[in-house]
Amino acid sequence: MTGTRAPLPAQTSTAAADATTPSARRPSPLHRVLEAVGVTNVSLLIALALVILVIGSQNADFFRGSNLIVIGTAVAISGLLAVVQTVVIIAGGLDISVGSVAGLASVASAMIFTATGSTAVLGLAGAVLIGLLCGLVNGAIIVYGRVNPVIATLATLAAFKGIAQLISNGRAQGYTGSDPIFIFLARGSILGIPTLIWVLLLVAGLLHVMLKYTDIGRKIYALGGNDAAARLAGININRYILAIFALAGMVAGIAGVLITARTGSGQPISGSEGLELEAITAAALGGTALKGGKGSIISTLLAVLLLGVLINGMTLLGVNPFWQNVAKGTLLVVAVVIQQLRSGERRVGIPQ
Amino acid sequence: MTTTSTPPTLVAEGIGKSFAGVHALTDVTLEIRPGEVLALMGENGAGKSTLLKILSGDQPPDTGTLRMHGEPVTFSSPADAMAAGVRVIYQEPEIVPHVSVAENVYIGRLPATARRFNRRALRERVRADLERTGFTGAIDPDTLGSRLSAAQRQLIEILRALTSDTAVLAFDEPTSSLSDAETESLFRLIRELRESGVAIVYVSHRMKEIFELADRIAVLRDGRLIGVRPAAETDEEELVRMMVGRDLSSMFQRRHTGAADQPVASTESRRPVLELRGVTSDDVSDVDLVVHAGEVVGLAGLVGAGRSELARAVVGDVPLRGGQVVVNGRPLRLRTPGDAVAAGIGFAPEERKADALLMHRTVRDNLSLAVLDRLSRLRFVRTRAERELVDRYVEQLRVRTPSPEQQIRKLSGGNQQKVVLARWLARRPDVLILDEPTRGVDVGAKAEIYAIIDELAASGVALLVISSELPEVLGLSDRIVVMQNGRIAGELDRDEATEERILALAIADHAAEGASR
Ligand SMILES: Nc1ncnc2c1ncn2[C@@H]1O[C@H](COP(=O)(O)OP(=O)(O)OP(=O)(O)O)[C@@H](O)[C@H]1O
Ligand SMILES: [Mg+2]
Repeated sequence: MTGTRAPLPAQTSTAAADATTPSARRPSPLHRVLEAVGVTNVSLLIALALVILVIGSQNADFFRGSNLIVIGTAVAISGLLAVVQTVVIIAGGLDISVGSVAGLASVASAMIFTATGSTAVLGLAGAVLIGLLCGLVNGAIIVYGRVNPVIATLATLAAFKGIAQLISNGRAQGYTGSDPIFIFLARGSILGIPTLIWVLLLVAGLLHVMLKYTDIGRKIYALGGNDAAARLAGININRYILAIFALAGMVAGIAGVLITARTGSGQPISGSEGLELEAITAAALGGTALKGGKGSIISTLLAVLLLGVLINGMTLLGVNPFWQNVAKGTLLVVAVVIQQLRSGERRVGIPQ
Repeated sequence: MTTTSTPPTLVAEGIGKSFAGVHALTDVTLEIRPGEVLALMGENGAGKSTLLKILSGDQPPDTGTLRMHGEPVTFSSPADAMAAGVRVIYQEPEIVPHVSVAENVYIGRLPATARRFNRRALRERVRADLERTGFTGAIDPDTLGSRLSAAQRQLIEILRALTSDTAVLAFDEPTSSLSDAETESLFRLIRELRESGVAIVYVSHRMKEIFELADRIAVLRDGRLIGVRPAAETDEEELVRMMVGRDLSSMFQRRHTGAADQPVASTESRRPVLELRGVTSDDVSDVDLVVHAGEVVGLAGLVGAGRSELARAVVGDVPLRGGQVVVNGRPLRLRTPGDAVAAGIGFAPEERKADALLMHRTVRDNLSLAVLDRLSRLRFVRTRAERELVDRYVEQLRVRTPSPEQQIRKLSGGNQQKVVLARWLARRPDVLILDEPTRGVDVGAKAEIYAIIDELAASGVALLVISSELPEVLGLSDRIVVMQNGRIAGELDRDEATEERILALAIADHAAEGASR
């Protein structure tokens, strides 16, 4: 095993480090697979497999290609918000204004589109820019006003929603349903996979790479894990918080554009309301620790998929939609309880 | 003195405990007797804290039993153990941040008549406790928990134990954050408790304390009990041999060589790197201090003298109210610690858990945190380079971990401390400020850390070392600056410095003021 590698000094030191821990046992192969994939992901995959098995055995339509695409497109928008929410939560924050930002961006995209004589690109760019600005507002309130992120974004949740209603008079705006770019976003596909899903995968992929492989990602984990330590290690916390909330706003802007594309017009409220809770649900189900410092994009994506499959399956099976909510809530509680039991936290006080 | 015929208060029989493949304890059998101080020694990660956690019901043993006064007992929580009279004062005491010292001391036992408790009575009670135990002035009963120093938090734990019925009292490295004077008070207390028949377990890495206090000394190595010796019948050398499993007498001979003895170009070694000019913050006033390239300046003083507060002002963690911090001739504009780091100042803080560690991240993540920008190319962390760096420091500081991918919270206290140090050693800043760098570190690793400090100094780094351990300050420093009450009380050269002179400066004149802080 060692023969193929160059005799790096690091190798000898690893050996020496091992030698100082004679009592360490080699983990079993199963243990190592678990370790590599992550216990959270394995549990999510098992849950996913179970749900698919149950639903598929009741209704064979479930496995039809068209249904899989239905699931994918249904989760794309909430999935976008979930992955970016994961980044915010890992950094120790929470952004509950993302739904409102998406609504505002949706209205804005359609209004800009109409105002510029049906120039879709300007509509898209404008919406993303507005999302970014909303995120910067959030970040500035938190950093310079020293306001807790939950409170700050609770306030802007209302404010951004209000602005969207004001500029639209509370009604759907414009008609984008005949523009080729919007049509491509809503119903187009590349390599047989819908554009909506590509957008989600692209954003999730970028965020995953950022978190996992760059120093920025490491610092985001550090920030959420122990902000005092991150600060003393020289990380400019304020800049990071601003940037992360701006990022969340930007992705919410993209989600807004997708809402417009799917419905064919700018939607101030319907289409975006409640998305923030779906995003947080998925992040939590994916094992993201709400106190910060822990979580992964992959797990959140799996959780998004699990929730999507569950809802789709229950719809196929004709389960009362009210029960669907109960099922979602139950799943979240069960998942989080399992994670808590496994984490080995001291079982005292208010859990983190 | 106790005789073997005294029936033991608490017996641990065949205790074993492992964590996911790491055997922390294997078949440990130990008697804890009334009216006796049993010292527990061993390298970092030997299993001392784990044993205490089992005694206190914080963790269940995998195998073995506990017997209290001959009866088998099972403690399923610390509350159980306390009810039976067993208390442990941990390395990192837990206190409630938003209530007062007085309430913290009597937490869970607040005199609640009809659901209301009498704040004034409580405060008076704690004041009396402080007086009785000789800690008046060290702590104000009204202070909020969140404002307490490490030493004061320790003191709260001690007061909690002293104010309840205790048959077995265990201390896990209690003096690692105490100054000498406070250590004296603590020892006096421990001796009194011993006289009154309490069985005491005392964990420490400091030989001097062990021989001052202990009646018997038990040594753990890799989770096994190597032996128990009466203190009168053993010596440092034997204990070290028992702890590390081989002769390490050479370890104690490694002495600081001092910048003066180094063949470094003398002009270079006299170049001022860090200059403090009238530095003033909320806690320190008008501090002038120069650290030259290749120089180790020790910062001594009582706990609360403002040493850590000075460090925090210098790194921009707390705002400057006046004065200047100058690095390499350039005055700094300090808004956040990031500015200090960018200017070449490294700071390893005293409180590793609160201010340094990412508890849920790996050893690797924790170690490389301050050098990520250097390890990255186009913002991508070069994992191979990182791996090599981490392996090198893990080996050099002998961090005991199954792998660099282990979560740091699963390491023993001393090993966590080594990772905090390694983070800054790896960065190799121009100025390195170390606040209690060897807190909780075992003898072998201490020598290693001293050697690294020497080596850094020899390579031209300017070091400011804060330590409450006088022999450490004396051994390491080229120059010793003594603080008192937020000001510099005096300065001693390496040749003229002695423990007595440092102490004299630390407590002279303003002793009364100093104590009331
Ligand atoms: N929760 C845990 N999970 C995994 N390993 C653990 C855990 N707690 C302790 N260990 C391991 O058990 C061993 C003994 O740890 P312990 O804290 O008892 O050491 P110690 O003798 O107190 O050391 P120190 O002098 O550094 O405080 C160490 O190797 C440590 O890494
Ligand atoms: Mg310990």
